[in-house]
Amino acid sequence: MSVTYLGMPPFPEAAETSTRDERLRGNLRHATRTIRNKRAGAVAELADWSALRTAGAQVKDRTLRHLDHYLEQLEASVTAAGGTVHWAVDAREANQIVTRLVRETGEREVVKVKSMATQEIGLNEALARAGISAYETDLAELIVQLGDDHPSHILVPAIHRNRGEIRDIFRKRMGRWGRPAPEGLSDRPAELAEAARLHLREKFLNAKVGISGANFMVAESGTLVVVESEGNGRMCLTLPETLISVVGIEKVVPTWRDLEVFLQLLPRSSTAERMNPYTSTWTGTTDSDGPRDFHLVLLDNGRTDTLADRVGRQTLRCIRCSACLNVCPVYERAGGHAYGSPYPGPIGAILTPQLDSMETGLDASLPYASSLCGACYEMCPVAIDIPEVLVHLRERVVQGGTATVRGQRTTVRPAKGHAAERAAMRAASWTFDHPRVLRTGEGFAARARRLMPRRLPGPGRAWTDTRDVPQVPAESFRDWWRRTRGPSASAPAGDSTTGADGTGQREDTR
Amino acid sequence: MSSRETVLGRVRRALADVPRAERPEQTPLDRAYLRVHGRRSPRETAKLLAAHLTDYRAHVHHSTPESLPETIAELLARRGSRSVVTPAGVPQEWLPMDVEQVRDSATLTPLDLDAVDSVVTGCAVAVAETGTLVLDASADQGRRRITLVPDHHICVVRVPEQVVDSVPLALERLDPARPQTWISGPSATSDIELDRVEGVHGPRTLDVVLVGAQGWDAPDAT
Repeated sequence: MSVTYLGMPPFPEAAETSTRDERLRGNLRHATRTIRNKRAGAVAELADWSALRTAGAQVKDRTLRHLDHYLEQLEASVTAAGGTVHWAVDAREANQIVTRLVRETGEREVVKVKSMATQEIGLNEALARAGISAYETDLAELIVQLGDDHPSHILVPAIHRNRGEIRDIFRKRMGRWGRPAPEGLSDRPAELAEAARLHLREKFLNAKVGISGANFMVAESGTLVVVESEGNGRMCLTLPETLISVVGIEKVVPTWRDLEVFLQLLPRSSTAERMNPYTSTWTGTTDSDGPRDFHLVLLDNGRTDTLADRVGRQTLRCIRCSACLNVCPVYERAGGHAYGSPYPGPIGAILTPQLDSMETGLDASLPYASSLCGACYEMCPVAIDIPEVLVHLRERVVQGGTATVRGQRTTVRPAKGHAAERAAMRAASWTFDHPRVLRTGEGFAARARRLMPRRLPGPGRAWTDTRDVPQVPAESFRDWWRRTRGPSASAPAGDSTTGADGTGQREDTR
Repeated sequence: MSSRETVLGRVRRALADVPRAERPEQTPLDRAYLRVHGRRSPRETAKLLAAHLTDYRAHVHHSTPESLPETIAELLARRGSRSVVTPAGVPQEWLPMDVEQVRDSATLTPLDLDAVDSVVTGCAVAVAETGTLVLDASADQGRRRITLVPDHHICVVRVPEQVVDSVPLALERLDPARPQTWISGPSATSDIELDRVEGVHGPRTLDVVLVGAQGWDAPDAT
């Protein structure tokens, strides 16, 4: 099962449509600009930001390099505190476990805290197939769910919707899921939030099963942490009798003390606040306070494959703050849906294809959804070098090579659609190794320069759709050198040192 | 093979490049960041807490141990609260007689709590730099749900002793085994066009009473 949504086209196709959507672009421009500016202020308050960022990356690297150790420690401490730990190799298994756990309670409804992991595995759909209704309780997730839509941002999933659209969705759809929207609902954000409060209140107060993810899991104490704003998280974490948390294995941190780094990095990077309104921490179960049963489902779903890639491994440091989305020129114009998975933006462009082992056409297109400007790396609170991983994944797309797929070292073939590029690169590489051929080719190109089309024919056309064909100069550099310095000049012209077969000699680069 | 073994096996194979003898503590971790951002007297720290609480739309009030019941009574009256829930560790004397008092107990359902107007609690620690109150379910704070379902929360903070400067100092004081709620202003959302709206599911009004002995914050006390 793929992390990407079923039937999503490759990024360039999706972006071709979305970039023409004026309203979407207006919404995104406003949102990303607002949050970028706010974040800059929140970060500027901390003189030691770069030291925090370094420590954040190091804590995550330490954890990842010894992930087996920390997972076993976490399992032991959660169990000792009264929780039950389950392991899920992939999305299917995680969904089966959660479905079974909900069934065992006898309930047909669950309330959910916004969680990237459950989006990733398509839990709501899996529960629906089992006849269980999952209610999203984060305001934006509610908007997405009522609108039969996909999230388009990690932090604010309904960022592609403006207030008028949200009012229409509430008016039309709330009644189908529970308490309908109040009569005469306006599009004022405060009124819309109030409508959501009323709609969800009865669900919270009667809920028997809650489902969440977690931002952090502390190995030494078995403590889980959920960071949120609205209080829907607190409702789902404390009122139900059963709590099921589905969490990616990379979310573990070694010690309680390590939270001092992340509780400073995350809110300021994410919502651009000194601290988010509510953070809940819990360790197993507590008598008469909160759920009686606590289940933790540890999710792999491609994470160990990502861990096996020494360049790609750093992707697992991600704390899902979404700062990289807000600074990305590609995200700001294409919007989140074009990325075709719950993980949009720069982090999605490297995370989705790795979790998916690059199996779909969309996956193979994602590493190209970037201008490699590097703003994401600069913003990232755990210093993920996203451009480095993008280039690394592009190599994998074009050249193939060995990669770990579902736990097995596998030789992967180059992705489809890159045959022409690969052939061209191979031809270029051979030509550069054979100076005589290069010279002949350059001479030919120079003589034919007036015949060069402005746009390339055939498969090359896609390339020239957005670029000009470079102009061929009248004379190649090598010919110019020869003409101005004479054939005997200490020649970068490799011909004199090249054997008759033209093999093996590289140019002298002194 | 169980899924547990599968996942752990995959993790170990994925980490083939990590030397077998390497222990976690041997990987670099430089905690060069600050424990506190700036130097403040206890009085300045309390002032910063008040400023940051206010910044995120909590209402801050000052009181002394003697006048605390009066302050609480006034806040309840201002709000028109007729009932108030308290955990076992909040002294009865804090509360006015003319308001119905509900003692929290395990038998109170969420629907019962929904019918209560206000909640009064203490706190475990408050963080000045972030404007945060931390509740850890101690006797004067009670079960997590009582500060969640009622729409009005009055939180009493003893100054200066319960106030720390920073997140690192707060974590040092807290026990991870206890369930905690970190509260920074009333609940809020920015999900609609990033327009901040205060008050969604948690209490929509948060009153914070900073209680210090008479004169503790006189300038010469620093």
